[in-house]
Amino acid sequence: MAIKDEIVADNPSVKPEAEPTYQKGGTDPSVPESGVNPFARLIQIVTPPLVTLVVVMMAWIFISTIVAPDIPGPQATFEQAREILADPFYTYGPNDMGIGWQVFYSLGRVLAGFALAVLVGVPLGFLVGTSRIMHRALSPLIQILKPVSPLAWLPIGLLLFEAVNPSAIFVIFITSIWPIILNTATGVKAIPGDYMNVARVLNLSPMETAVKILLPATRPHILTGMRLSLGIAWMVIVAAEMLTGGVGIGFYVWDEWNNLNVASIIVAILVIGVVGIVLEAIMNLVQSRFDYNQR
Amino acid sequence: MTPYLSIEDVGITFPTPDGPFVALRDIRLGIEKGEFVSIIGHSGCGKSTIMNIIGGLAQASIGGVVLDNREVNEPGPDRAIVFQNHSLLPWLTVYKNVAIAVDKVFGDLKSKKERDDWVRHNLRLVHMDHAMEKRPGEISGGMKQRVGIARALAMEPKVLLMDEPFGALDALTRAHLQDSLMEIHAQLGNTVIMITHDVDESVLLSDRIVMMTNGPAATIGEVMTVDLERPRNRLELADNSAFNHYRAEVMRFLYERQRNPQAA
Repeated sequence: MAIKDEIVADNPSVKPEAEPTYQKGGTDPSVPESGVNPFARLIQIVTPPLVTLVVVMMAWIFISTIVAPDIPGPQATFEQAREILADPFYTYGPNDMGIGWQVFYSLGRVLAGFALAVLVGVPLGFLVGTSRIMHRALSPLIQILKPVSPLAWLPIGLLLFEAVNPSAIFVIFITSIWPIILNTATGVKAIPGDYMNVARVLNLSPMETAVKILLPATRPHILTGMRLSLGIAWMVIVAAEMLTGGVGIGFYVWDEWNNLNVASIIVAILVIGVVGIVLEAIMNLVQSRFDYNQR
Repeated sequence: MTPYLSIEDVGITFPTPDGPFVALRDIRLGIEKGEFVSIIGHSGCGKSTIMNIIGGLAQASIGGVVLDNREVNEPGPDRAIVFQNHSLLPWLTVYKNVAIAVDKVFGDLKSKKERDDWVRHNLRLVHMDHAMEKRPGEISGGMKQRVGIARALAMEPKVLLMDEPFGALDALTRAHLQDSLMEIHAQLGNTVIMITHDVDESVLLSDRIVMMTNGPAATIGEVMTVDLERPRNRLELADNSAFNHYRAEVMRFLYERQRNPQAA
């Protein structure tokens, strides 16, 4: 829903149509009716993405037939997709499971790493945001570690945990924690001094201040950090699983590459994209529910 | 006998590389219970600093504040503050913004029902009982300030401190709120200290007007008693010679004797 709204908002061809409704609709024949007509409006909303789809399809056909014949075209991919998505939750042993299971296991790792990142990142963000000393102490570390490529952490994880699953979760954790720390810290710093004065006049204890003032005041920032972080986590898991193996959408892509089944890889890419959109939509929903700025 | 609220030889000095900087000096002021006192002066004269010292949000370098025979040097609900930009908590409804104060101050003294009644009573007092479930983002600036006043009143403070409470409002809304404030003051007899830079407002509302000299080393230049009968009506007072005399006196102080340093 949110995504659809965005498209409408970003689409300049739709905006002028809002104007004619202010004019006398219907009485003046020179005024186009399309602003009021829901069908015309629908066409205006649907057409631009449809054009994009056609262009992408043509480019795809062009590439698959002329540039790189090893890449399957839309037709072959669509048939593969039907086969894969017809039974997403089959299990023929540990190395052959449906794509639904692959996504399920990947999501499990993402959520585990993400949850850890929230649990550690929010308190750390509070420390960095409230204490000048902690800010000085931690900010060089954050600056150095933040831009590190996710996969550079994998060997460290493997050494630490001596197992692939915790290592993948570790990689998610260590790459998705930064936006949470930074956004929380920014949120804490952005709390107006007046809120703290209110807390002081009321003689709130440090604990009461944290629960009644600091946490709710920073909540929008924390949620933004969480949304960014979840997006990163979902991107990172695919790469991490390509290296760690096991059941998961990342390893699925790698496995199909080894089988030279490129159509399956394209299907997997689309599935990864759709799951990403769903995660984003869920976070948007959470944000609009809990962010007092958005109500 | 010492007055109800006594500001005794308060001064603020900041250490700077060029030696100590005296921001505020020799502030001596006694305020009786139920009195409405406004402090007026140009920007930068330290009038907000005085209020912060009384409120306990800032510490005086020398001197101190005695309220009801007790020295105060930290913030507390007995000196409730109405901030200029209302400072309501945006994630709480109007009702809960007042309730957070009531629950904290009267949590042990009043039952849940009594506290609920008290929140509603105070919102009724400022004519905001119709918007209790709204959030600050959904109401106008004047309404927010009403809720801010309700929150302060609900603490049953010994002194109500108001820091340019209507400064950010348009003239019509400001007049409405001034009338409401006079109503409430007449009804409850609060002791009020209000910071303002609005001459009409100070004369209309106050029993006494404290006029500040310009900084640095700002201090009280003059204290004028406004001897106008209450209840006061802004329309009747517009033609009242005594009102206009007081108004002229304050203007003379501000624009002749203490010209705005920034305008010079």
